[in-house]
Amino acid sequence: RMPRGRGMASLALYSDQELPDLSKHNNHMAKVLTREMYAKLREKQTTSGFTLDDIIQTGVDNPGHPFIMTVGCVAGDEETYEVFKDLLDPVIQDRHGGYKPTDKHKTDLNPDNLKGGDDLDPNYVLSSRVRTGRSIRGFCLPPHCSRGERRAIEKLAVEGLGALDGDLKGKYYALKNMTEEEQQQLIDDHFLFDKPVSPLLLASGMGRDWPDARGIWHNDNKTFLVWINEEDHLRVISMQKGGNMKEVFKRFCTGLTKIESLFKTKGHEFMWNEHLGYILTCPSNLGTGLRGGVHVKLPHLSKHEKFGEALKKLRLQKRGTGGVDTAAVGGIFDISNADRLGFSEVELVQMVVDGVKLLIEMEKRLEKGQSIDDLMPAQK
Amino acid sequence: MASTFSRMLMGRRTAMLLASLGTGALATGYLMSDVNHAAVIDRTKLFPPSSDYPDLRKHNNCMASHLTPAIYCRLRDKLTPSGWSLDQCIQTGVDNPGHPFIKTVGMVAGDEESYEIFSDIFDAVIKERHNGYDPRTMKHHTDLDSSKVTHGQFDERYVLSSRVRTGRSIRGLSLPPACTRAERREVERVATMALSGLKGDLAGRYYRLTEMTEQEQQRLIDEHFLFDKPVSPLLIASGMARDWPDGRGIWHNFDKTFLIWINEEDHTRVISMEKGGNMKRVFERFCRGLKEVEKLIQERGWEFMWNERLGYILTCPSNLGTGLRAGVHVRLPHLSKDPRFNKILDNLRLQKRGTGGVDTAAVGDVFDISNLDRIGRSEVELVQLVIDGVNYLIDCEKRLEKSQDIKVPPPVSQFRK
Repeated sequence: RMPRGRGMASLALYSDQELPDLSKHNNHMAKVLTREMYAKLREKQTTSGFTLDDIIQTGVDNPGHPFIMTVGCVAGDEETYEVFKDLLDPVIQDRHGGYKPTDKHKTDLNPDNLKGGDDLDPNYVLSSRVRTGRSIRGFCLPPHCSRGERRAIEKLAVEGLGALDGDLKGKYYALKNMTEEEQQQLIDDHFLFDKPVSPLLLASGMGRDWPDARGIWHNDNKTFLVWINEEDHLRVISMQKGGNMKEVFKRFCTGLTKIESLFKTKGHEFMWNEHLGYILTCPSNLGTGLRGGVHVKLPHLSKHEKFGEALKKLRLQKRGTGGVDTAAVGGIFDISNADRLGFSEVELVQMVVDGVKLLIEMEKRLEKGQSIDDLMPAQK
Repeated sequence: MASTFSRMLMGRRTAMLLASLGTGALATGYLMSDVNHAAVIDRTKLFPPSSDYPDLRKHNNCMASHLTPAIYCRLRDKLTPSGWSLDQCIQTGVDNPGHPFIKTVGMVAGDEESYEIFSDIFDAVIKERHNGYDPRTMKHHTDLDSSKVTHGQFDERYVLSSRVRTGRSIRGLSLPPACTRAERREVERVATMALSGLKGDLAGRYYRLTEMTEQEQQRLIDEHFLFDKPVSPLLIASGMARDWPDGRGIWHNFDKTFLIWINEEDHTRVISMEKGGNMKRVFERFCRGLKEVEKLIQERGWEFMWNERLGYILTCPSNLGTGLRAGVHVRLPHLSKDPRFNKILDNLRLQKRGTGGVDTAAVGDVFDISNLDRIGRSEVELVQLVIDGVNYLIDCEKRLEKSQDIKVPPPVSQFRK
């Protein structure tokens, strides 16, 4: 589609008249976007017609939160990260701990490189999960894709996933064709995703045409799940109850690698480059796009004054078990890697495995009324 | 400037001329859009219109009723001079399938040209929504001469308040779903400049949403003047809420009887109102205010969007023609319980709503009664229709009070003869 403001009338107006008022804003985009940058970048478009205004609309419409720093910009296609690097490189640098435009990202999906991880104490670890996303090269991303493109993505994904066998064999449920029973089952399994309600997501345009070409695929064992055309082309999730993160990660890597080779036989590949790793809609998910984590009981440790510091040193992040915006219930936390870019998949999951092991040790010490000072880790 | 815009809208040759005179930015921008237009065309070949045709099988809105695959295929690759497409017009109707009982319109215009370039679908939608008004064959007549209106003072034992509203768009600037921040700010500038020229009982003040104090905000809420960021998915899906609250504001006269909303659902929404039953005065002020504002913008080279096929051009096709809703809050405790009430309203071409707005129920037998039609009859005709109709309803109410019988009136003709 043609972007707004490309017509004659708007081109006559000068850049300063278009500049968004970001004085009350607190997101990465607002911190980086200067008047000069806006003037320079507003004349550019990617080949598919994605513009600066399209990129930043979500950040303009959602000034942000005083405590949570949102990204405030999205990509409409792979080229966005190149054509608008003047904006996105500093945003990426800010968001990903100083990652420089010249840095290289390493991809490692070999599960054999993960040491340990099969023995996290099941008395504490309730479940383990690894997720990431993938984009299909040549298609626009959810904020920008047309209905035809989105349907083509769905078709390719479903064909690819349909060829999986063994413990990965599964079935696709298109959102618009689901029966009541199927829908209820998917809700009970916590698999079903709903039309986004977050204004952050809606403002980017990714909710358009819902529920056309959206769906959920999962294997018969319900341990490997793929979301199609939600916030990214594909979101891939491997999970199971208990603490065998190694098994979860192995299935994750095997599944992804198989899907990738199936796509290649049809002449398609994932968006990837050696600077940014896997390309996804939100700059926060670049690199590995990986969030690997556990639901773990830490009732004592979570009340300890050094809990936050320990997490920071371990490069881990805590959330409630309901998701990114929730609070913990009953001392049960979602603990996962804080980084996405600049570390490989194996490195990130290793940090989770090693870190969670240490946190459980600390919890056990505190249960016995002992000190944890000697266990405090060095900064990773 | 308006003249610049209308010249530019006339053609590419003009844009190139301006490019050679104007800034490098303009030249680069034009060339950039030329190059990318070619790339955009390549993509459209990869995905033919049939691959993009929306799935409307579960939809119940006017757009879905009339958008055939043939029409979609014919129009998908067309663009207005501002670059607005059919997909952008219909996005709100695709995203909001509709209600089994309430039939929404399901599409919006991004600019004045949308109604021309996509007339194949807009005309059909307009005809359905406006009960048979056919833009291909009919003409709309505008008449803002309030002196023609008679019997415009209602019995205030029944009529609690009177109100007339409409909208106006500024020619040459894109409409709220499509406008850029600069265009929206330009609408604000042009409108507020004109409003600041109003005098006498129309003199007033502008309250910009971004600069309002807490006290000002509270007062405007208490007076029911303040509009909020839209929450309706119908409106949000059209793109009109972008950049909120930039460029939005409220203007009202010191008497608080003439109110303008800027850059909400339309460039401007104009409301004249007062307590009591003096509809004639409300309409007189309405017409005078509109004409004054029009004169003030014309002095600076601007004008309102209007043509004789569609009348005043607004974002939603449901508001074309006069864009006018004239109504009263009226007590009808007996009549509202009479089984003939709805039929009487139908024949008078009136519509009832609760006093909280379009989706509310009546409270304490007080109804919002207004005209059903927007296009095919002039402002004077519609207001007279409301006056005559409400007087009839009050007459029925009085008869029923005295246990006398009432009659269902013959149907009023819909379009002017």
